[in-house]
Amino acid sequence: MKSVFVYCEIENENVAEISQELLSAGKRLAQKLGAPLEAMVFGNNLNGIESQISPYGVDKLFIADDSKLDPYRTLPHAALAYKILKEQDPQIVLFGATSVGRDLAPRLASKLNCGLTADTTILDIGDHFVKKEKKEYTDLLYAIRPAFGGSIMANIINWDMHPQMATVREGVMKKEIIDENYKTEIIEINANEVLSDEDFVVEVIERHIEESGVNLKESPIIVAGGYGVGSKENFDLLRNLANILGGEVGGSRAAVDAGFIDHNRQIGQTGTTVRPKLYIAAGISGAIQHTAGMQDASMIISINNDPDAPINAIADYVITGDLGVVLPKMIKYYKENAK
Amino acid sequence: MRPLKIIVLAKQVPDTRHVGPDAMKPDGTVNRGKLSTVFNPDDLHALELALNIKDRIPGTKVTILTMGPQKAADIIREGYYRGVDDGIMISDRRFGGADTLATSYTIVQGIKKIADYDLIVGGRQAIDGDTAQVGPQCADKLNIPQVTYVEEILDFNDTQIIARRRLSKGVETVSSPFPCLMTVHGSSPECRSRIAKNVMRYKYARTKTEMRKGDPVLEKLHKKRPHLVIPEWSVEDIDADINKIGLAGSPTKVKSVSSIVLTANESKVLTDSDSDIEGMIKELIKHHTIG
Repeated sequence: MKSVFVYCEIENENVAEISQELLSAGKRLAQKLGAPLEAMVFGNNLNGIESQISPYGVDKLFIADDSKLDPYRTLPHAALAYKILKEQDPQIVLFGATSVGRDLAPRLASKLNCGLTADTTILDIGDHFVKKEKKEYTDLLYAIRPAFGGSIMANIINWDMHPQMATVREGVMKKEIIDENYKTEIIEINANEVLSDEDFVVEVIERHIEESGVNLKESPIIVAGGYGVGSKENFDLLRNLANILGGEVGGSRAAVDAGFIDHNRQIGQTGTTVRPKLYIAAGISGAIQHTAGMQDASMIISINNDPDAPINAIADYVITGDLGVVLPKMIKYYKENAK
Repeated sequence: MRPLKIIVLAKQVPDTRHVGPDAMKPDGTVNRGKLSTVFNPDDLHALELALNIKDRIPGTKVTILTMGPQKAADIIREGYYRGVDDGIMISDRRFGGADTLATSYTIVQGIKKIADYDLIVGGRQAIDGDTAQVGPQCADKLNIPQVTYVEEILDFNDTQIIARRRLSKGVETVSSPFPCLMTVHGSSPECRSRIAKNVMRYKYARTKTEMRKGDPVLEKLHKKRPHLVIPEWSVEDIDADINKIGLAGSPTKVKSVSSIVLTANESKVLTDSDSDIEGMIKELIKHHTIG
């Protein structure tokens, strides 16, 4: 069986979080197919990087280590990946839906003349019957993603132009170490033998990577508000509760669009995907665009005037009422009851 | 600085930002008829970026290129109203059903017919798919560098252009030689408004197909003012391989769509009364969810 392949990104000299998620997702697909998992990583000073990749169950790892490969630039990374994928001929290739992955994957898909599905949130293996050919195709990648502003989920397949490629959203796939001592075959690629001067015509003059300061992903408790919060000022109610619970404040796209809260706190399909221990949704109706980014929270409390708000269907507690009344009461009773 | 030749790629899209309850049919498919169409927001940013360069380098020529059904001629007119020099429409039923690979092939065939360009700009992504794929795929097919997520053009000279890119976790300044393709991020400046003089000049601009029902007044006007005829390119005009366009040229196919049904939890329904809320807080503390 042909392999499942993952392109690994390097961030601060380590394998990026998203790439670790992809390795795990890729391993699960590979196991379903009975296929090997392979990966590639390009960068500078990658000595020992395999120790961060092997434990996810990688059978073969291609490493190109050269100062010219860091920071990421499209053309050299695309040329290296193209050469490897052309030779290895995998069945499935996964990239992060990141600034890097979304820049690289489409260029590669064009080179390989294959299909690419963007921003997937669910990956699976399945079959498809093509009526026109009267033929059943087995073991295809199901690349499932929210579409049309998040109002539907679409299952995208590709049976005739391989490999099947997808970018995967950050934070949606669970990381899973298979074996700390997993045996990986390492193949070192000499970048200079593959690349020419033409691959380096774009130059990075300056780079500022900002720590965004907001860490929604890591926060165990999130208090999020929607359009129903009503104003920027009313978000203080949410902030007060988040502060006292030791959580972060987030918002739906509608709340961000209305200017109630900063863009970098947006949760949902076009914002951050979170899976906290507790998610408090205040004045959020629950469009798919939003729930796609928070439905894996361990516990969900919905506070809404509308007893039929769609989000109530996935909530553990549904409080029907005004958030201006409910939130201060929650603070009050938390203070009274917490030790 | 020599004048540049810039091509703006723009798309007409259903307005997915304002999806009402009637936008979905009962079977879970999208009711396109209920969605209005708009100029793809990121593409308006790309248009502004091009027009801004035109302001800075006299003699620069901006051509807007769109692919879509007849209705998409609105995009060309909108481009004229805001200041482009030329507009070209790629339109043919046979292009329908294209995914990003087939779309990029088609657009590149159009660009090759235009032939002479220094810079191609388009929005980072279109709101009907949010894929951000067509730009890089066009750059690959033209064998030119790509600079994605551009926020601002900082400088240029006769041979290269310097831009700031907006990344999800920071910014980066890069230089690229001409010709190159840039995709423009929504954090770049908003597009300028229509210019009244241009609206007067171009409001009767039409494609041949739009004219086919016959309007003697417009026909006469078009004879007198040939700039009002929007060029319209078919499969044959751009010499496209029929196997690489439309559905046939698209590797990705939609197997199924489902409107998302939220999996019902057993939820406890509470009121905003003191006793209900205190009860809930106590349960959360007891289960170590909070506290």
